[in-house]
Amino acid sequence: MAGGAASGGSAASDTYKQARHWLLMPSWLVLGLFVFAPVCVMVIYSFLTKEFRGGVIWEPTLTAYDQFFFDRGLFGDSDPVLQWTYIGIFWRSIWQAGLATILSLVIGFPTAYFIATRPAKTRALWVFLVTIPYWVNLLIRTVSMKFLLRDEGPMNDALLSVGLIGEPLQIVNTNLAVQLGLFYSYLPFMVLPIYASVERYNFAMSEAAADLYATKWTTLRRIVLPAVKPGVIAGCVLVFVPSLGAFLAPDLLGGAKNFMIGSLIEDQFKGNAGNWPFGAAASMILLSMVLVVLILFARQQRRAEAVT
Amino acid sequence: MKLLTTSAMALALLANSAAAEGELVLYHWFEYIPAELLEKFTAETGIKVTMDTYDSNEAMLASLKAGGIGTYDLAVPTDYMVSIMIGEGLLDTVKEGELAKKSNISPEWADPSFDPGRMHSVPYQWGSTSFAVDTDVYTGDINTTDILFNPPAELSGKINMIDSQGEVMALASVHMGIPQCTNDREQLKALNDMLQNAKQHWASFNSDTAKEVLVSGDATVGMIFDGFSAKAREERASITYAFPTQGYLVWMDSIALLKDAPNRDNAIAFMDFMLEPENIAAVSNFARYGLGVSGAEEFLDPALATLPEANPPATAGEGVFVIPCDQETQAVYDQIWTNLKN
Repeated sequence: MAGGAASGGSAASDTYKQARHWLLMPSWLVLGLFVFAPVCVMVIYSFLTKEFRGGVIWEPTLTAYDQFFFDRGLFGDSDPVLQWTYIGIFWRSIWQAGLATILSLVIGFPTAYFIATRPAKTRALWVFLVTIPYWVNLLIRTVSMKFLLRDEGPMNDALLSVGLIGEPLQIVNTNLAVQLGLFYSYLPFMVLPIYASVERYNFAMSEAAADLYATKWTTLRRIVLPAVKPGVIAGCVLVFVPSLGAFLAPDLLGGAKNFMIGSLIEDQFKGNAGNWPFGAAASMILLSMVLVVLILFARQQRRAEAVT
Repeated sequence: MKLLTTSAMALALLANSAAAEGELVLYHWFEYIPAELLEKFTAETGIKVTMDTYDSNEAMLASLKAGGIGTYDLAVPTDYMVSIMIGEGLLDTVKEGELAKKSNISPEWADPSFDPGRMHSVPYQWGSTSFAVDTDVYTGDINTTDILFNPPAELSGKINMIDSQGEVMALASVHMGIPQCTNDREQLKALNDMLQNAKQHWASFNSDTAKEVLVSGDATVGMIFDGFSAKAREERASITYAFPTQGYLVWMDSIALLKDAPNRDNAIAFMDFMLEPENIAAVSNFARYGLGVSGAEEFLDPALATLPEANPPATAGEGVFVIPCDQETQAVYDQIWTNLKN
């Protein structure tokens, strides 16, 4: 922001400088009210004592974090050992979200590249086509996905009639279905940032590389990819982060047999457990993990900017 | 449904000012009351009804404890949740003589264990919870809880469970013949082991689509409420509701008066309205469950009287209510549930 103001340096920007604090007020208000305040509530709740059947007692304790990291047996009175249950649930979510991100990248990158290399006139149309399914509510899209993948659904019917498979593939209620669901839900978040990067890429550089006897693969690896890296990273973050906390796809497509981070947290508030501090603590741990990813991303961006 | 409930929770916090004269704010299950009935209430009394919905007793409790109290006039908790809410002080007392139609309550539901003397609630609907089987696909004996917890090989991987800890644990206890909410450590360990072993046979946990997975054939066996099962049978005739010899669950949802109800008088009027045989019969005709009001027979769909889902055979075990556990046992139950979902 400071850089922009310095280079602008016009009378207009001085005018805005006077009023800047006032003009930024709405943003600060929104951030404070809807981001900062709820996070504060969460931090505080995670350090409070659980009230039976939901709610908190205002006595500070570390019990929620203790429950996350230490296992005290079925009855809660064994010697504490390192707890793998919740770490396992987090790991499962990271794994699922990671696979969905890779899948999105593998499909999203060529798609974005394809769109960006169309004539300028038709590009808008392609982007528009990518966004069409997202006019429909996520819940409905996830349910539709389930109908497509069902044992007796159109996908299995088609594969059977072509003779590619002998009996229906069991996909619904497996991890694969969850990954497919997440991939489908968040694919445009991968395509659009990459598209924005590739569109700005100067293809004369590829031609120059070819003139210097670089193979196509070398050109992609050494010239194109570094240039569009910010878009790729942004796409990965935008797919990975929401996938991490998702609970629609795991519930509907995965059969809710295994807790994911999102459903574990939900269960603490809406299930029998009614353990609000533990739900808040698990949210805090999730939030910290996402923050680490975002900080790494921001550092990467800054380094990229420093280079150019 | 979950999204709906969540947004209902958020709205609850904002809706405080909306309550004025001539209004009633209902907090109710989804798909559980015919819209025409609410219109009839408005036509008769001039009271405008606003309704938010929830998909589990626990979600409703959480929303009320998170600030919903003072927003809603009435909720429709299930038996065990009525006693929990009384214990938590979330229900108001209906004073003697306030309800003009209180004597309409049928004698067997007039003094239930979860609300002695009906001080806080009136009957809404009652029914049972067990499971249904597609008897075209599976032709063996279905009236045993082994179908869910120790199924024959051909049913393995074809079973949908309700995603609700209370009901799964209660039916599992019935299956094992141990008391609900037992504090015997050996029994609790056995319960944990039994569920761990049963899980490999289950395809999914899903409450919202418990009926749909049976109708579509995705599941051959599904834990389900009797009314849902009856509706499923209308769409797929081979779906048969089971009454296990070991026993099954019964439940009653009641219309309960919430503490700090903003439109208390209108809430009482609505409770009276639902004690009118013709009105409550309309709910039963819609939801396919039993009612707890005398003199409603003439308004009921005749098919309901012979509904196989509502008429247990002589071989059926005892129907039992879900019991709310004490704090210590609940902690173990939570641990077992987490193990199950891990």
